[in-house]
Amino acid sequence: MKPTARCLAAWKEENSLYYIAKVEVTLKKVVLDPQGVAVENALKVLGYNNASKVRVGKYIELTVEAEDSKTAAIQVEEMSRRLLSNPVIEDFCYTVQEAGG
Amino acid sequence: MKSKVIVFPGSNCDLDAYHLLKDVLNYRVEYIYFNQKKINNCDLIILPGGFTYGDYLRSGAIARFSPVMDAVIDFAERGGLVLGICNGFQVLTEAGLLPGALYRNNHLHFRCEKIYLRIENNSSPYTMAARKGDILKIPVAHGDGNYYADPRTLEKMERNNQILFRYCDSEGNISNEANPNGSLSNIAGICNKKGNVAGMMPHPERAGETLLGSTDGLVIFRSIFKSLEKGRIER
Repeated sequence: MKPTARCLAAWKEENSLYYIAKVEVTLKKVVLDPQGVAVENALKVLGYNNASKVRVGKYIELTVEAEDSKTAAIQVEEMSRRLLSNPVIEDFCYTVQEAGG
Repeated sequence: MKSKVIVFPGSNCDLDAYHLLKDVLNYRVEYIYFNQKKINNCDLIILPGGFTYGDYLRSGAIARFSPVMDAVIDFAERGGLVLGICNGFQVLTEAGLLPGALYRNNHLHFRCEKIYLRIENNSSPYTMAARKGDILKIPVAHGDGNYYADPRTLEKMERNNQILFRYCDSEGNISNEANPNGSLSNIAGICNKKGNVAGMMPHPERAGETLLGSTDGLVIFRSIFKSLEKGRIER
């Protein structure tokens, strides 16, 4: 029997899951990070002379409703490329995990 | 000249641009809003300064997806003149209409002061009423004005004459001391390859009346007017 549109929508809703995506956005290595430099200097003032190469980035967490983790990951990748990061100056990486109960 | 000034949530130099065009220069100007999908009957679109959407995420990153931006991109692709000032420049780089990106000033401070700019190219519609090497005294007011482009992009821009203005001292010397934000190669303003889309961090609309301490910004708008007139004659 062919499923009706409504039936299909109901099936999808029942079978879709929630995924938690954690996205990290950082300035590209070749781009000077003024915040990183300021934080590094402050760490040195506190006596942490062994701290170096400080980079300050952004952490973005979001929940995605999707059929499976692969679909969720594809979407998160697209969101990161289009809005969450600016590919001209930034890199991003992310993880996608099924949300627990 | 029929110009439009876009009002995004968080724009705050829209009034300044409107005032200069209408009251000082006597040009026709109207506001258009971030949620409009069509732009009709227009020679010039200005994306004004401000803090669109609170500059959340990155300056200009959210405004770039406003409904009006599709119409702006369409207008630009058809050769229409689009000028982004300060935050407007950031919106244009985010939208990919201009190369490179603008990010945090290298010293992390918000800079609000008058600076000097040198005209690097007077063949664009935005600078054609000036002479190459002319020095303009114009205010800046920004925290994210540090211009970056990868070496390959920069080289291409230099080759195509896309750098319109560089930060300089009062004598026109390009130096680190004259650079208010760490911008690559002292870049203060650029245009796209075709020359019809331009962006600049300094505020020419705030330098259009003696009362405000400088009228050096007028040459930008006179250039635009001149280029449109020229286009009309050639057509």
